[in-house]
Amino acid sequence: MLRRRLTVSLSRLEFWEASDMSAENEIVKLSAAQMAQKLASGEVSSRELTQAEINVIAAAEPSIKAFLTVSASRALKEADESDARRAKGEKMPALAGVPIAIKDMIVTKGIETTAASKILKGWIPPYDATVIRKIRAAGMPLLGKTNLDEFAQGSSTEHSAFFPTHNPWDTTRVPGGSGGGSASAVAAFEAPLALGTDTGGSIRQPGAFTGTVGVKPTYGGVSRFGAIAMASSMDQIGPVSRTVLDAALLQELIGGYDANDSTSLPDAVPPVVAAAREGQKMDLHGVRVGIIKQALGEGISDPVRTNFEHTVSLLKSMGAQVSEVDMPALPYSLDAYYVLMPSEVSSNLARYDGMRYGIRVMPPADQEQSAQNMMLATREAGFGPEVKRRIILGTYALSAGFYDKWYGSAQRVRTLIIREFNQAFKSVDVLVSPTSPISAFKIGSEVSGNPMTMYMNDIATIPANLAGIPAISVPMGLANGLPTGFQIMAPQKRDDLMYKPAAAVEAALKQESCADMLSSLKTPWVDQAAHGSDVAATDADQINKAEEAAVEAKAVGARSTREEK
Amino acid sequence: MADNAEKLMSFDEAIKRFDPVWGLEVHVELSTNTKLFCPAHYEFGATPNTELTPVSLGLPGSLPVINKKALDDAIRLGLALHCHINEWSQWTRKNYFYPDMPRDYQISQGDYPLNGEGYLDVTCEDGTKFRVPILRAHVEDDAGKNTHIGGADGRIEGADHSLIDYNRAGVPLVEIVTKPVEGTGAKAAEIAGAYVRTIREIARALGVSHGKLEQGNMRADVNVSLRRSPSDPLGTRSETKNVNSFRGIERTLIYEIRRQATILSKGGEILQETRHWDESTQTTTNGRLKSDANDYRYFPDPDLVWVHTTSDHVEELRKTLPEMPWVRQARLQKEWGFDDRQMHAVLNAGAVDVIDQTVQAGATASGAAKWWLGEIARVANEQSVSLDELPATPQDVADIEEMIKDGKLNNSLAIKTMDGVLNGEGSPADVVAKHGYKVVEGGDKLEGIVKDAFAKNPDVAEKLKSGNMKPMGVIIGAVMRATHGQADAKAVRQMIMKIAGNK
Repeated sequence: MLRRRLTVSLSRLEFWEASDMSAENEIVKLSAAQMAQKLASGEVSSRELTQAEINVIAAAEPSIKAFLTVSASRALKEADESDARRAKGEKMPALAGVPIAIKDMIVTKGIETTAASKILKGWIPPYDATVIRKIRAAGMPLLGKTNLDEFAQGSSTEHSAFFPTHNPWDTTRVPGGSGGGSASAVAAFEAPLALGTDTGGSIRQPGAFTGTVGVKPTYGGVSRFGAIAMASSMDQIGPVSRTVLDAALLQELIGGYDANDSTSLPDAVPPVVAAAREGQKMDLHGVRVGIIKQALGEGISDPVRTNFEHTVSLLKSMGAQVSEVDMPALPYSLDAYYVLMPSEVSSNLARYDGMRYGIRVMPPADQEQSAQNMMLATREAGFGPEVKRRIILGTYALSAGFYDKWYGSAQRVRTLIIREFNQAFKSVDVLVSPTSPISAFKIGSEVSGNPMTMYMNDIATIPANLAGIPAISVPMGLANGLPTGFQIMAPQKRDDLMYKPAAAVEAALKQESCADMLSSLKTPWVDQAAHGSDVAATDADQINKAEEAAVEAKAVGARSTREEK
Repeated sequence: MADNAEKLMSFDEAIKRFDPVWGLEVHVELSTNTKLFCPAHYEFGATPNTELTPVSLGLPGSLPVINKKALDDAIRLGLALHCHINEWSQWTRKNYFYPDMPRDYQISQGDYPLNGEGYLDVTCEDGTKFRVPILRAHVEDDAGKNTHIGGADGRIEGADHSLIDYNRAGVPLVEIVTKPVEGTGAKAAEIAGAYVRTIREIARALGVSHGKLEQGNMRADVNVSLRRSPSDPLGTRSETKNVNSFRGIERTLIYEIRRQATILSKGGEILQETRHWDESTQTTTNGRLKSDANDYRYFPDPDLVWVHTTSDHVEELRKTLPEMPWVRQARLQKEWGFDDRQMHAVLNAGAVDVIDQTVQAGATASGAAKWWLGEIARVANEQSVSLDELPATPQDVADIEEMIKDGKLNNSLAIKTMDGVLNGEGSPADVVAKHGYKVVEGGDKLEGIVKDAFAKNPDVAEKLKSGNMKPMGVIIGAVMRATHGQADAKAVRQMIMKIAGNK
């Protein structure tokens, strides 16, 4: 009890301290919805907004390193086009003119797409993902491609082949992963919105670590066409934002049926924007909330537990009916996930063989210059250790004679978990848990060094991917100066059900602290950008590129040196 | 070469001593406008790497979407093969590397194929029927095409580089898999050949495939094993991959039966392996041992949902089935009045369609068969082309028959006219006009010529006049020579009778 009071009061103290530091009227600190209003009223142009974000990116990147590619020149051109459309009196979509960052796991025509892997370095896709087509059609400038754990495999963004991304709350810490780049960019005000991909928590856990909102929509709710596959049966594109309403606005834009994705749902996007606005009224009467008993077991750090309990009490105070739900199969999620996911990875990543795109590394001169040896050399140099580990695990799990023991039984566990969710949702509307059992850990710490510890980090987020249900992570206050996340899960295709309590929690915490949590973040780069002059787009386009080129040269060049000997 | 045909046991001896069991996996390429999982067009012979989408190239982020037309065509093929159409079928990834397969896995069907068990009845040369049991007919996508440069005969051995054309990558295939076929004995190759020919006829009748083996529209993997007696368990089998001609399939079976019999009779052991049919040596050569084979790591493709085929839909498709080749053949045989032997000759020559069309153009069935199995077949054989690749059309044949019937051509002129048509000189009317072919009718002119022939062959004339008509051919020959073949044989014969006084 004493510990809890201390934590809460400490975080309040931090809020006050930080609020004094932040520049109140800085446009980049507005929510996407607020930006959209100012764009609609003509108070600000998309070009001004986009340039302001580019200025912040240029100031922040040396310490944050959220972007693999900054597409500033293109973004300004897109902003001008958006402004021109508006000037012509065209009826613009809600988020028109609001810039956005994209996880580098999503394919963008004409903009290098690497999945943070050396093996794809230099690949410029000839086509756009469906979500990118929608974003472009809505007139949203694309600021750039954000960093991730290689092929979205990891929980810290340290497994990026190029460089780790830093958590803006403490740059010695990780932003979570795999979508640490998108989460850090949004938290650091480098972008108001971003897209992520979530296979086992890659949107939500970084959301928890960086104090942002992260949503994994219902599987099939957002087209996967153009999302580089990790584990196809669980991959889902979703929004990263600073407010629940912003996430809802973005989900409504990118969601819906897509004929290019066979697993796309024919249903219309659930009314998530309306649900978010409803939640802002902070009335949760009639909402039945289930606390998953198994999600509060061992491994939850005390500050996380404290903030979680406090958030549950807020739900109750807003009228929600809270009960405990027993889901005995849930702890087996991790085991099932770490069989199914690597199995799919091993098949999905087979195409990176040096034959058609990305890097090609020829075998050393003393080896036969065969296709097989070229593949071996390319994959050896092109894939990082975590990716190799999962390919080997998955190859083993699918091999003849082991299939039923591993893949087959994992599928059966998956079915059990789906049944448990179905059962649970008969008595409650949403299920809640902490998003992550801990808050952001130090870069290079034991958590990311030991695969098992790192995998444990996803224990609360994985079940939603296995079951294909929607889940959201909303900030639930700081603990020792670091954000923590509150996860809400809803039944399949009922994303709206989780948006309402999420928006209510957000509003209640804001009311309690008299400020947004993110406003307490110290952002010297925003101040620096505000006081400096505009950064040239062509300069911004080069951000972090030299560092990536050096990594690539080391991978590809290592061979040529040996050849010359 | 691994085996020497000279040293192999004869086929008759092999069949005497062993019972062959075989199976075929026949790949039929569907002729849909677009590929199985993306809207890319495909046409044989198009400029390499022009018929592509991100999906057929397997680019990162691309996803397959099922072509409904391909599924419908596959179901129609399944219905023609009497297959059980499964209500639910599933896509499976078959993981392996080959440079022409862009995703590094093939999308096929595993435990839940679109078409389940079925059968196909085939007719042997002696008229007996044999039922080939079918295990399944599933759908999968094809790979691209490798062209090996620098080696002999375009083979990979000795090549210094290979070119890859991804145009074909993603084209739909139906793989028709038989159960082990037992009890065919010495007729193994004949039945296998008839089975594949019938599948081609079905595919063409359905309009689901061009069925051109030389363009890779159809190819077969041939599995063969031997056992001492039909009551023994199945022996170890060899699998000869990608045989792409009817004769190759038949000869592979015969060769493998002889090869395995030779090994087994010496107490040797058959290796479970994949082999290759070598057209130039007419032998199979050893390929990959099963123990070295890929572990394909099959698992359900998470990018694709289950295919739901309702019985209503199956019934709708069933209504679109054309008359099946064997039904049509039976009907035509009856209509044409052919006996089994004649009909078999027609089938063997692949002449059912052209004879049918010729009859429809007005000729009699025997008249049509005379041409298509005679003069036209002879020229086709000489030129090693199929009947429909020659310039003669069913209409041309019917026209010539009409001219004969009208007495405008006699047999020898008709053959000359057909040769002109086959030479590309145009329609029969064109050829006749060009060469001035004209039958010398009866009357004074013919009478003079016949009398002249009598005068030049007094011995023959004597016999004819005495009622011995045997040497009449001598006079006919002389008349034909004198008229350059333009005399009407019937008129000549009548004239001879008249002059001989035997009218």
